[in-house]
Amino acid sequence: MDAATIIFYLLAAMTLGSALLAVTSRQIFRSAIYLLFSLIGIAGIYFWLDYAFIAAVQIVVYVGGIVVLIIFSIFLTQQAGEDLPKPKWTQQLFAALAAFCGFALVLVQILQYGFTEVTQTGTAEEDRIGRLMLSTGEGGMAFPFELVSVLLLAAMIGCIVIAMRKSSNESSAIES
Amino acid sequence: MIGLEHILFISTALFFLGIYGFLTRRNLITMLMSVELVLNSVNLNFIAFHKYLWPSGMDGVFFTVFVIAIAAAEAAVAIAIIINLYKTHRSILVDTAEELKY
Repeated sequence: MDAATIIFYLLAAMTLGSALLAVTSRQIFRSAIYLLFSLIGIAGIYFWLDYAFIAAVQIVVYVGGIVVLIIFSIFLTQQAGEDLPKPKWTQQLFAALAAFCGFALVLVQILQYGFTEVTQTGTAEEDRIGRLMLSTGEGGMAFPFELVSVLLLAAMIGCIVIAMRKSSNESSAIES
Repeated sequence: MIGLEHILFISTALFFLGIYGFLTRRNLITMLMSVELVLNSVNLNFIAFHKYLWPSGMDGVFFTVFVIAIAAAEAAVAIAIIINLYKTHRSILVDTAEELKY
């Protein structure tokens, strides 16, 4: 067993262990921190697979953006130190049963399918990503790139509109 | 030697952990966190398939980048809605928001 294999198993254990704690922890803030470690583990797997650009995007957007946003919203909406209500045991049992059955089904399919792996494994050079992302020719991704930029603009305006509406409501309530 | 099946195992386990969390949690923020786990498992699948099955095209990498961008937009809108719901209901449990329930 060489070092790469050991590192892979460590990353896998970190990702799955903290994901399990993130969905079962009773304290919401701890749950967010476990989610953070799970996302860092996935970024580590991307590094292990030699996809440095995707790993960097994962760390910047997920760890630096989404988890910070989630922690802020926890501070804004949750009374500190209050445990989450325990789910009913029937709900827990059936959710675990459904998840386990789905997991077993998908795993059987994966093991039976017999993928024919290529001998030369791929990687993603940053200059190739950059060239293809702005090219309109063969395999170019300029149109989805522009589409995603419009989507992000729409999401940003949507967030502002959602935030504005109730603040005008509140100010009218104060005036009246 | 680590092959494709190992990475698919991780992504499958991550997907169904997210499903389990989504079914058991009643708090909207923790449900959003479960959805993030599901999206991450899909990204891991795209990268694994690109590396081991289709390294000549770049579709897997681009799909991953776009999924990350859409997930960021989705999380921002969801958190805006959650905070708005908290201001009107003083609670973000899913059972308190039931005006549209028949």
